[in-house]
Amino acid sequence: MSDILFYLLIGTGILFDLFGCIGLLRLPDVYNRLQSATKCVTLGTCCIAASLLARYGLADFGLKALLIIPLLFFTSTVAAHALARGSYKAGIRLWKGSVKDDYSKAEANEPVKE
Amino acid sequence: MKYIAYFILCLIIWFLLTARIYLENIVAGILVSGITTLFFGRYFIEGVGKFLEPKRYFWLLVYLIMFIWECIKANFDVAYRVLHPAMPIRPGIVKVNVTIRSEFGKAILANSITMTPGTISVDLIGDTLYVHWINVFTDDPGKYSRIVSGRFENLLKKIFD
Repeated sequence: MSDILFYLLIGTGILFDLFGCIGLLRLPDVYNRLQSATKCVTLGTCCIAASLLARYGLADFGLKALLIIPLLFFTSTVAAHALARGSYKAGIRLWKGSVKDDYSKAEANEPVKE
Repeated sequence: MKYIAYFILCLIIWFLLTARIYLENIVAGILVSGITTLFFGRYFIEGVGKFLEPKRYFWLLVYLIMFIWECIKANFDVAYRVLHPAMPIRPGIVKVNVTIRSEFGKAILANSITMTPGTISVDLIGDTLYVHWINVFTDDPGKYSRIVSGRFENLLKKIFD
């Protein structure tokens, strides 16, 4: 049973990681690429960690794998935010097909604090 | 008070990480947690008395289940957009108002938005959250705030406020 779960989870994880990488290549600009890189790669890697938990149980390996999941959740989301905000501040425009940009107004009003 | 809560949290993470309980390990854990608390304790969240209220944990559980479901949906959504030959995207940055009081709640809301279908949070200025959305299908601010943050906001208010 745990072996079936292990293979299922690790397969799903690698598949989602692959989708994330394809997205990274296909999508047009940095913000859209971050979408695919953050979501797919985080869930994919969490699936791989969960598969280790299914394989080894709550022993040494399993606990560490379990601990990876919340750490990855916090770090990857914060990194995505920092990258998106940083690239906007650095002057990278949105893709030309974008339909809306509310942030440009806020950008003009906000004093830059260093 | 918040230093004590932070110390206990550090200690729990230490024991999860090492997964062994004997004397040297406990002493090392207390030492490491103490040093960490000394340096980073002041950045910890305010109002740690909230940790002791059981009904918050119940809502946390509800939130986690909902979050995992949204997360899986998000992945199929991205996979569909990426693999579709025509790439059906209409990206844009939209403005959403948040009503949560606590700072940590806001941070968790922004993180949840990043992990849910089609949205990543770009910046948080005051009570306004700027969200990059991969498929802007409506121009009505009320409608998209409900879609972007409505899923989690009420639950997170119950947990953190």
